[in-house]
This record gives sequence, structure tokens and C-alpha cells, in this order.
Amino acid sequence: MQYIEKEKYQQRLVKRQRTGKIFEIMCIISITIGIGMLALLLWYVADQGLHKLDWQFLISFPSRFPERAGIYGALLGTLYVIGTGGLIAFVLGVGTAIYLEEYANDTRLSRILQVNIANLAGVPSIVYGILGLEIFVRFAGLGRSVLAGSLTIALLILPIVIIASQEALKAVPSSIREGGFALGASKWQVVSILVIPQAFASILTGVILAVSRAIGETAPLIVMGALTFVPFAPDGFMSPFTVLPIQIFNWVSRPQHGFHEIAAAGIVVLLITLILLNSVAIFLRHKFSKNLEG
Amino acid sequence: MTDPQTIIQAKEISVHYGSKKVLDNVSFDIGENEVTSIIGPSGCGKSTLLRSFNRMNDLIPSAVVSGEIIFHGQNIYEPHLDPTEIRYQMGMVFQKPNPFPKSIYDNIAFGPKVAGFTGDMDQLVEESLQKSALWDEVKDRLKDSALALSGGQQQRLCIARALAVEPEVILMDEPCSALDPISTLAIEQLMRELKKQYSIIIVTHNMQQAARVSDKTAFFMNEGDNIGLLIEYGDTQKIFSQPEHKTTEDYITGRFG
Amino acid sequence: MALILEGILDPRNYSNKRWRAGIFEQIIKVILLLVSAISIITTVAIVSVMIFEASLFFQNVSIFEFLTETRWTPLYSSKHFGILPLVTGTFLVAFGAMFIALPLGLMSAIYLSEYAPDKVRQVIKPVLEVLAGIPTVVYGYFALLFISPILQSISESVKVFNAASAAIVMGIMILPMVSSLSEDAMRAVPRSLREGAYALGATKLEVSLRIVTPAAISGIVASFILAISRAIGETMIVTVAAGQNPTFTFSPFVPIQTMTSYIVQVSLGDTPTGSIEFQTIFAVGITLFTITLTLNMISQYIVRRFRNVYD
Repeated sequence: MQYIEKEKYQQRLVKRQRTGKIFEIMCIISITIGIGMLALLLWYVADQGLHKLDWQFLISFPSRFPERAGIYGALLGTLYVIGTGGLIAFVLGVGTAIYLEEYANDTRLSRILQVNIANLAGVPSIVYGILGLEIFVRFAGLGRSVLAGSLTIALLILPIVIIASQEALKAVPSSIREGGFALGASKWQVVSILVIPQAFASILTGVILAVSRAIGETAPLIVMGALTFVPFAPDGFMSPFTVLPIQIFNWVSRPQHGFHEIAAAGIVVLLITLILLNSVAIFLRHKFSKNLEG
Repeated sequence: MTDPQTIIQAKEISVHYGSKKVLDNVSFDIGENEVTSIIGPSGCGKSTLLRSFNRMNDLIPSAVVSGEIIFHGQNIYEPHLDPTEIRYQMGMVFQKPNPFPKSIYDNIAFGPKVAGFTGDMDQLVEESLQKSALWDEVKDRLKDSALALSGGQQQRLCIARALAVEPEVILMDEPCSALDPISTLAIEQLMRELKKQYSIIIVTHNMQQAARVSDKTAFFMNEGDNIGLLIEYGDTQKIFSQPEHKTTEDYITGRFG
Repeated sequence: MALILEGILDPRNYSNKRWRAGIFEQIIKVILLLVSAISIITTVAIVSVMIFEASLFFQNVSIFEFLTETRWTPLYSSKHFGILPLVTGTFLVAFGAMFIALPLGLMSAIYLSEYAPDKVRQVIKPVLEVLAGIPTVVYGYFALLFISPILQSISESVKVFNAASAAIVMGIMILPMVSSLSEDAMRAVPRSLREGAYALGATKLEVSLRIVTPAAISGIVASFILAISRAIGETMIVTVAAGQNPTFTFSPFVPIQTMTSYIVQVSLGDTPTGSIEFQTIFAVGITLFTITLTLNMISQYIVRRFRNVYD
């Protein structure tokens, strides 16, 4: 009755299901390779670097001798540059997001802004380094300073901060705005008193995630002109500086095994910093979602 | 009128989604070469029942089906059976037309191809489209995207697609709910043709449609906490003219639902 | 909250200040607009800096030589300015990375979207995302000191610095990008299509590969293009692990140089600003910027063009 013989169909079905099972196993292997590589990388770094990681390492400056070298200067440099850069990007990014979400109507200008932001997010980070070198270091005469580095980093993460803040603002229900307007509040009153507090935790989460990306950025700061050997701590915004990933890069580039080990120790410090920041972000997000329920 | 052969037997079918019961202990027989309609208000388990006939509920992780569906003397829920084969033996048409984003030709050819059909595909495609009364409208543009067809045409394409694997039973889940009256009429006409070769089970919201197209009607209802009860089952004519139960009568005369 | 508002809006505190408030509102709006303009200014600045400095470079080197010469030796005494070795080096690593990331990412996406139970998915997805969050200098370290020795132990012809170890590690880095964007595209395929295919007697594999994947193909292709663009712009992995030798070669086992690692090399040296050596980084930079921008725009176009197929 069926146009394919039942027996043939069933034999073939067994084969089809077997192929399907094999495919599923291959998929699981693919994922395992990805996750396995992550595990391998973390294990290798820990294995190489953990025994070099001690208090002395954290409070020492780089040295020609790996056993005496430390990351104090780089750690402080990272704190300075990322802290300042993050703050600048936060102010500019949230401002732009507020303009786009709350003020701009769907005009040509806002569409151009939107497309522009999407394209900026895809520009390779090294290009921001070139920009920083030309505009901040040379044109504005800031030199290879903490401030020039911070501004470069700020521009680099600005698109991500804008996009994350826009998402956060979009999530605030429009009934809240309407409620405010109904009471006769002005636009800015509604935005500053009602909308921003609602979206704040979520915005902060986005900014922290963007900042944690910036902490690992090496290339733009090298191109901009951060130094690779800095035996002192930055003492202000105009001070020369280095950052953690550049210090790690410098150690990796040397042929001696001793430097490779302290590079690994540096990586452990870098990863721990990232984990701490991400935990704060996850905590905030968690707290935020609870607030919404309440 | 002689009583037809039974093709599917539902025996004590209950369905749970997680801890929520949606169908309660339903038993009835489906006749061969008949149109059986399943009617009742929203949320009384009609679609769930239909999806039990070809094990589509297996695709929902939380769904648990108990009871038996006997088809060709065999319970289709026996563990050694592959639901793929059950589905291959029954066609299904959905509420909203869901053509694949492929050409008209490829939509029809998909089922036979995966099943391992080695005969003349062109001929099979033509036959299937003819059976669903779509051939004349699309024969010159078989390579065009199916998404370019109108809603009614898309639904007939979905019927043709189901017919191409030569099922014995066609399950229809409110096939006309998204269509205009003219397309609806075309599909109803089609069902009268198709029942000569196939057995059709149709879930419908539209009682006039059930009265127009079906031979048997099953009426489902929720009563308080009892969800998904089969209230009455019998010849369509009898259900619509002299139902045995008060609730059936209330529903049919439009007093609720 | 309402109380604060009522306080602010109380007419007794307010009415005679209305005019001033209107001005205040306008000022806020202008400030926000100016802030928003910074992202536009950034784009304009990138483009004009590149074009300005590169034009100085092209006063000394013809565009024809730049695009066709197969030697890149601006830092040596015998100078040649052909970008081809850097371009082939870049694409060698980028395509090598895609060779890893494309199959693994797509298979991961299919698994997460079609096969994985919800609970498994909720665990695996964030773990995969961690791969994208690891700083690239860490990947560079891993490529040079872990992967490269393994490759060398397999074949003696493999050099310490080579394109292959950089490509392998970069492939792992961009895997989550491919998998999460492709998975998003697959999950956007309506359930009704899957059900239609299952109802015709298709197996899970057939539904995944013949229905869902083709239906999601625009999103999948867009994710591939974005990933290639990311790989081309990636800097630290190649700087650390692929070498500093601009060689016109297609062998993945010898040292090469990419566009990005060349820029880093010049930045690390003490090249005087204004010299032709210094200007090369802008010529290379504008090439890199053009390639990645083109790829990103193609990817955005594909997503936009095919977005509303199912609505």
C-alpha cells in the first residue's frame, strides 16, 4: 500500500537514526573541544604561573631578573587607565543612550547614529590605538600619558557601553514614563527621576562587562604608545604607564623560561581581576532581576 | 449506511504537561475513509489529542501520554516503535500554513526524499499537487518560493506536502482558522474528495464546518477541575440534531464557547 | 517616588520658575546631543586620520606598488612597500581560524539549538562565552608556549613562530562568536517549521540540517563574516605567536606577519614620527580598516535584508 516497501523503509530508517546519533555525538565532541581547550588553557596557565604568584610579585616592579620582577606598576597602570577610561565611557555612553532612547525620534540623525555605533563596535581595536596616537598623543599633546590611554580606552568601549545602556533603557516599561508625564513632569524629570534609577543596575552591569573587555586590551595601548618597561607607578594623569596585558606580552616575548613563568603568574592576576569584575556584574544582574520581581 | 472499518482506536488516552492534566481518559474509534471532527471550546485538549495520534507530543519535553493508540493492530506508543515511522504514516496539517522557505517543488519533495523515495519525483509532485487542487495554479512556477503563495494556496501546499508521503490518515489542526472564507470553502471541498482515499481527523473551532464536512463528531469539554473530557461522540448528524447531553446542546446552540 | 515628584511639581514651588525650567530642558537636550555626536566624531576622526597620513605615504609610494609588490621591507635598508605578504599572512591565519571555528561553532550551535535539553544549554552557553572573554594576549601565550611545541613535536618542519598555532587558538577564540550568533539565528526559526518537518516523518538530523539550517542561513553566514572580520583585526595572538617575518607564503608552518602585528612591531620600535616607516602603519591601518568595515557592512546587510522572512 505504501509506495516505499515497508521493509526497505524500516531498514533505511534504522540507518537514518544511526547517522543522526553519530551526528549528535560529533556535535557533542565539537562543544567538548571548545570547552576542553578552555580547561586546558586555564590548567596550563595555573600550572606554569601559580607557584610564582606571591605577595612579592604583586608589589614589585619589573626587573631584568625574572625572580625579582613583579607587576605592581602594571597593576596600578591598569587601575588608572581602565578606571578613568571606564568612567569617561560611562558618562558619554549613558548620555548617548539617553539621547537615542528618550529624546531622539526616529529621525535620519538617530538612524545614522545607530548605524555608526554598530560599525564602530566592529572596528578592530588596534585602529583605536592609531586614533589615540594621532589625536590624543600627538595632536592634543597629551603625550604617552595615563590620560591619553584612558581616552583611547574610553572611545574603544564606547559603542559597547552605548548598546548595553540602550538595552537597559528599552527594558524600562513605557508605563513608568507615561505615569510621570501624567503628573506633569518634564522630560528630564521623567528621565532622571524615574527612568535612570530603574535602569541603573542594568546599565552598570553593561559598563562593567565592557570594562572587563578593556582590561584585556593590549594592542591599542601599545600602538598608542604605552611603555613596555615601567619600573615605577603612575603618579598622575600625565604620567607614563604600562598595563597588565602589555607587561604580560613583554614577558612572553622574551626567550628565557623564567619570564614565561612570571608571564603566567601575570595572566593569573589578570584572569582573577576579570573574574572579580564579572562576579560583580552577575551579582548586580541578579539583584536587579530580583528588584523587578518585587 | 454500513458501519465503516475502524482505522484508529484511542484507548484511555490521558495527557499531562508536567503536573497539569490536559486530556482525561479519552477512548473512541476513528472510522476508515471518514472525516471525524473534534470540536469543543478552547483549552479542552483537542489539539493535544490530535497530536497524540502521530506522537507529535513526544517533541514537547514535559508531555506525558498514557493509554494506547491502536493503529494497524499495534499500539503506536510501544517503546520499540520509532515515532518517525508513525508520523510518516500520517499526514498532518497545521493551524497556520507552515510551508518551508524552499521552492514549491522542494516543499512537496521533502517528505518522500527523506523517506527514501526513488521513483519519479516529478510525477509524484504533480500528483500530490493535483490531489490538493493546486496544480493548475502553480504548475508554471514550481521553482518559485512557497512563501510567495497566498495563505489559502500555502495551506493547500501543506496538504499536498502531507499527501506526497502517501499517508493513510490525515490529521488537520484547525486548518482553516487562518484563511479567508473562499479558501476555507476550497479546503472543505478538498476534504470531501480526499476522504475517498484517506481517513481524516480534523480539529475545528467552527461548528458549521464540522457539520458540513464530517461524518463523525467528538465533542470535548472541561467540567470544573476535570480538564479534557470527551462528552459525546457519534454521527455528526445526530450530534447536531439531537445530542444526548445537555452540555453538547448548549455548546452547539451557541450558549457558550 | 510619586511623593518626590509631587513635591517638585507643586505649583507653589514651581509656576514662576516655569520659564527657567524650559531653558534648562533645552540645555539638557543640547548636552545630550553633543555627547551623542562624539561617536560620529570618532568615526570621522578615524577616517580622516587614516586618509591624511596614508596620503602622505602614497606621495612616496605608488598605490600600484603597494598593492602588487610581493615584498614588504620598510624597516630594512632596501625598502619595498608591497602589502601582499601582510595580506596573505593575515588571511592565512584568519582562514585557518575559520577552518576551526566554522565547523566547531556551527555544530555547537546546532547542538545547543536543536539537541541540548534546556538545563544542559543553560550551563554550556555561558561556559562557551567565557572563551570569548579571555584576553587575547593570554591566547597568544597559550599558542606560543603550549600549541606550538605540540605542533613541533609532530613535525620537525614546524618553526617556533608559525601561522598554524596562532590560527588554531584564534579559531577557539572566535568559536563562541560563531556558535552564539548562529544559535540565535536557528532559535529564531519558527517552531512550526520544525513541526511541519517532523510531521512528515523527518528525523532530528534531517530537521536540523535540511530545514532549520537553511532557514537560518542568513544569520549563520552573517556570523561567519563577522567572525572572519574579527579574526582579521585580531592582534595579540598573531603578534605573540605567528612571528614578525612578512613572507609571501601560504605555508602555515613558517613565521609570517599580519597587518596588525606589523603595526605593533612599528609601534614597539623607535621609528621617528613623520618618517616613511612611520607612515606605513597608516597605509596598513587603512587597508585593515577598509577590509573589516566592508565585511561588517556585508554582514549587517545580510541580517537586515533577510530578517523578516517569517513575519
